[in-house]
Amino acid sequence: MSEENQISQREIGLEYERYKREAESSGYHLNPDVAFTRGLIDGLLVNERRYGYRSCPCRLASGKKDEDLDIICPCDYRDPDVMEYGACYCALYVSQKVLDGTQQLTSIPERRPPPALRKKAAAEPGTAKIGTLPLPVWRCKVCGYLCARDGPPEICPICKAKKERFERFI
Amino acid sequence: MKIEHVEGKKAGKLMLYALSTCIWCKKTKQLLTDLGVEYDYTFVDLLQGPEKDETMKIVEKWNPECSFPTLVVNDSQCIVGFKEKEIKEALKL
Ligand code: SF4
Repeated sequence: MSEENQISQREIGLEYERYKREAESSGYHLNPDVAFTRGLIDGLLVNERRYGYRSCPCRLASGKKDEDLDIICPCDYRDPDVMEYGACYCALYVSQKVLDGTQQLTSIPERRPPPALRKKAAAEPGTAKIGTLPLPVWRCKVCGYLCARDGPPEICPICKAKKERFERFI
Repeated sequence: MKIEHVEGKKAGKLMLYALSTCIWCKKTKQLLTDLGVEYDYTFVDLLQGPEKDETMKIVEKWNPECSFPTLVVNDSQCIVGFKEKEIKEALKL
């Protein structure tokens, strides 16, 4: 790592606290391994200095923001990975089960499509129509929050209701 | 390509493609160091321009997902991710 991108421990500490607060207040959890998590936050801050945005520390950024939008933290792949593997690709965010120690972390396969497929996907127009939605829509029965993803979130990011309070809406 | 060399006992030809910001890459590098084996590595995110592109072509050849860490063993086997067991098996340790 080049010297000019060295981040101070103080700065990492402050960001760590901020990430933790924001995660917990919206139903996400940071990895409880503090040294590991601080290491990732260091990487995010290095990337911010290097590229101008906090791209994922465990993925190679192109340096062109519009090509890297999907890997700006929290990336597009966080929620499906937390749901399927109990952690995001970097393991900055973990599921409740991992937090409780009832699920072990493993090496997570890359969900981001490889470069050639990404280019192809960007060139294709969206095809979503009512009835042919690419993802189901889930509704929080407590506050009405809607989200389109493979399954409902562990905790509603708006009202903090638990997963079991969600119903399939569309 | 800027390749760093780490001295150690010979367990085959090891080339690690890593990112300087990635904790899983760091763990993989640490594992190789702890095992005391000789290996080479490069931090692809610290490379620039054509050097970075050339290196990514090599990574893509071994690992089309272009993810990190990518460890190439003896120019014949590729291990993607921090997989302690697989790495030890490949090195016959
Ligand atoms: S994998 Fe985790 S740390 Fe990396 S960008 Fe996605 S949410 Fe952030």
